[in-house]
Amino acid sequence: MGTPPGGRPYDGYDGHQPHGDTGQNRFNFPSAPSSRQGPAQPYPNAQQPYDQPQAPRIQPAAPRRTTEPKARSGAGAGSGTSHNPLVRPYAMTGGRTRPRYQLAIEALVSTTADPARLQGQLPEHQRICRLCFEIKSVAEISALLSIPLGVARILVADLAEAGLVAIHQPGGDEAAGGQPDVTLLERVLSGLRKL
Amino acid sequence: MVAGGFGVGKTTFVGAVSEINPLRTEAVMTSASAGIDDLTHTGDKTTTVAMDFGRITLDQDLILYLFGTPGQDRFWFMWDDLVRGAIGAVVLVDTRRLADCFPAVDYFENSGLPFVIALNGFDGHQPYTPDEVREALQIGPDTPIITTDARHRADAKSALITLVEHALMARLR
Repeated sequence: MGTPPGGRPYDGYDGHQPHGDTGQNRFNFPSAPSSRQGPAQPYPNAQQPYDQPQAPRIQPAAPRRTTEPKARSGAGAGSGTSHNPLVRPYAMTGGRTRPRYQLAIEALVSTTADPARLQGQLPEHQRICRLCFEIKSVAEISALLSIPLGVARILVADLAEAGLVAIHQPGGDEAAGGQPDVTLLERVLSGLRKL
Repeated sequence: MVAGGFGVGKTTFVGAVSEINPLRTEAVMTSASAGIDDLTHTGDKTTTVAMDFGRITLDQDLILYLFGTPGQDRFWFMWDDLVRGAIGAVVLVDTRRLADCFPAVDYFENSGLPFVIALNGFDGHQPYTPDEVREALQIGPDTPIITTDARHRADAKSALITLVEHALMARLR
């Protein structure tokens, strides 16, 4: 399920939702060592509802890792197709295999940045931003751009951190382990009946 | 979620009701998933888990995604990923290969995600009645068992409605 703006508060990163065995994984820091400080409160505005248009959705937690652009140095083939990628998937992410945030596979992504701001971004970031001028799920980004799901999650999280895209995590009922609440189920049912 | 054994019609089902042609997303599983931080094998030594999915826009601000579970039941980590935030699951069953659905049924019973059993009638045949299947699968009386034809939009839609009604009932109980 996805609930774009106007639906529910953006409550994806508060770290208190019981989500099965991933409870302590909510922040999913990169597995590689980094110089980041104070991991306990990296998202000062985590409780903000996401429908405040001007505020950055996610505050940068730390300066961007400088190794990232270098890791792409062999990437003359950034625009290569999926079938015989010259760049190994996780080269795009600087070797990170975990995103900074746990994005739901159905989380919706929409580009908030002005097209002019895309110049100078990494090619994959630009492709995602161009795709998401029309709202798309993380799964669609992965499928349409032929990027493995895990890589897409990391790239989208980077973009959110840079303030280029807004993420709408699916709403969920905390008491029910993140399952959709009754109101949402009723809306889905009514929507299906009208199809 | 749309689950069931290999070749039972999951992608057909998704395609029948989706507003887009089913898309395929792939997750790359590397040796890192075994707890080893060695990424030197991200070349040909990786396993790719494919997952097909579709989309239904229900309202201006409401999009339903249908995810077919990876055919290989051993990739439970993908299922765990999907269960979070899911409304429920349609478990497609080919009654000629009943055992193929056992892993999915077990999984959803354990995870507590509401599910319905949909008997996919191949060639329009339904050799067994839902009651017979209920007994064979030892499914409790609360779980709906319906017949469907995964190729037909109306059938797929009706299966989804049954599922959401069931999920709603489960939440209100």
